[in-house]
Amino acid sequence: MSELSELYQQVILDHNKKPRNFHRNDAANHKAEGRNPLCGDELVVYAEVEDDKLKDVSFEGSGCAISKAAASMMTVAVKGKTKEEAEVLFNEFHRMVTGELDEETEPNNLGRLTIFAGVREFPVRVKCASLAWHTLKAALHEEQVVSTE
Amino acid sequence: MQAAIRSNSSDSTRNKGFWDVDLIRGDFPVLHQTVNGKPLIYLDNAASSQVPQVVIDRGSLYLEQEHSNIHRGVHYLSQKATTAYEGAREKVKRFINARHAKECIFVRGATEGINLVMHGYGRKLIQAGDEIIISAMEHHANIVPWQMLCEEKHARLRVIPMNDAGELLLDQYDALLNDRTRLVAIGHVSNALGTVNPIKEMIARAHKYGVPVLIDGAQSAPHMPIDVQDLDCDFFAFSGHKMYAPTGSGIVYGKAELLEKMNPFQGGGDMIKSVSFEKTTFADLPNKFEAGTPAIASQIGLGAAIDYLNSIGREQAAAHEADLLRYATEKLSEIEGVRIVGTAHEKASVLSFVIDEIHPHDIGTILDQEGIAVRAGHHCAQPVMQRFKIPATARASFAFYNTREEVDVLAQTIQKVIEIFS
Repeated sequence: MSELSELYQQVILDHNKKPRNFHRNDAANHKAEGRNPLCGDELVVYAEVEDDKLKDVSFEGSGCAISKAAASMMTVAVKGKTKEEAEVLFNEFHRMVTGELDEETEPNNLGRLTIFAGVREFPVRVKCASLAWHTLKAALHEEQVVSTE
Repeated sequence: MQAAIRSNSSDSTRNKGFWDVDLIRGDFPVLHQTVNGKPLIYLDNAASSQVPQVVIDRGSLYLEQEHSNIHRGVHYLSQKATTAYEGAREKVKRFINARHAKECIFVRGATEGINLVMHGYGRKLIQAGDEIIISAMEHHANIVPWQMLCEEKHARLRVIPMNDAGELLLDQYDALLNDRTRLVAIGHVSNALGTVNPIKEMIARAHKYGVPVLIDGAQSAPHMPIDVQDLDCDFFAFSGHKMYAPTGSGIVYGKAELLEKMNPFQGGGDMIKSVSFEKTTFADLPNKFEAGTPAIASQIGLGAAIDYLNSIGREQAAAHEADLLRYATEKLSEIEGVRIVGTAHEKASVLSFVIDEIHPHDIGTILDQEGIAVRAGHHCAQPVMQRFKIPATARASFAFYNTREEVDVLAQTIQKVIEIFS
């Protein structure tokens, strides 16, 4: 059960139960829809960008605990960051969950997001963890729909 | 040697007068392994069932001693392969009680079978304004081909609704049937809900309008006897890999008179009588529908799987599966927060469920860590999920080699899932 408790840590379970920034935002100037057809995860990410800064980021939708917690923690992590900083985080996060980045030895900006490192032991769940990030990236790049399939 | 051991084991099963599940499990090598350090509990049989040693051995025998192309050579091996391949077709004929072996077309699986009928029958005979009836619980394989056809032909797709238990509303079906109806295509057993549909009655009602009926038998052929003459269905498609044969094997049955008037599915070798640049004359049944070299080893394996099913006693196998379904339904119903989706009166051994506030994918991952294989998702039946207003379900589907003890572990592990998320 140890890998399992790595995956379903209290923080993740907490964000799943009480997701932060979990609402639509009509003032958002960037928005994209993310889908993981295999799982049926669906979410919308809203970003309010001002002077290249992510003034507000929020999401709504439904999905598994991993996708929901990842979306929740992403919104917390990127709020107030510049678009460029958010992209850096996206890349680091993606490399971590696919096993390319060792968060313990390689310098990174992931902070609390390293809690998702356990996902790399569950290859089929990587898409769940990265869905919100792909969707945010799509929103910032003015793409409307992204699919992790 | 293996075959001898198997027939002994099944004889003793019969002789004992009860289902000796340990003996049967001995026939399936894949079951005897650990996953994540736990004994494998394979409950994803509705997606693909496991393959017994006799079927593996028959496929190997072809590859080791008979491998060559069929219907082509005058040489020894080609004749051996052709005999084995056509022998499998005879077995299928008896398995579904078709009038003629030529009515049993080898396909890759039920999906290809349905597509064959869509292309051969639908594209030739369905026109603008015509209607096709399917049901609300169809697998995507029995939705999408008809949607594609309706779009192409400007025909209309009508859908028989179901109640909250997951049973089709037959009075609504009656209301949909009319003189514009050209085809009815329904699943025998729902892969997402387990519902066994009253297809014999539904076929009779369609025939009153002279409408042919296609049955998607992917989920029924593994669990119950199929008699296409008694059902009087016009087409019946099923997959080998859901009934203990390798992937790539399957059948679409069609009444000879319908198959005769249909267009071929794919063009190529083996499906022709003669070819010139001016004109091609198509082969007779069944070759007309079997262009190119088929999955010979897999289809021969399907024949061996049919032999195996006949040898173990299908009635006892079905009774054991019914017992597992009853027991699992009881066990899971006792767990607070678990809701079973699909509570039809007539069900095959498919148990779809959801747990309050826990996504099926999280259930699936946690069960997998305990060695339990279930399916989590929409089961290629998204309209069913929409009907029940859920994104997905977790699904345990049982075969005759599963045990009550495995159901107990499933129930205990579901408790554990709930604890993790509480």
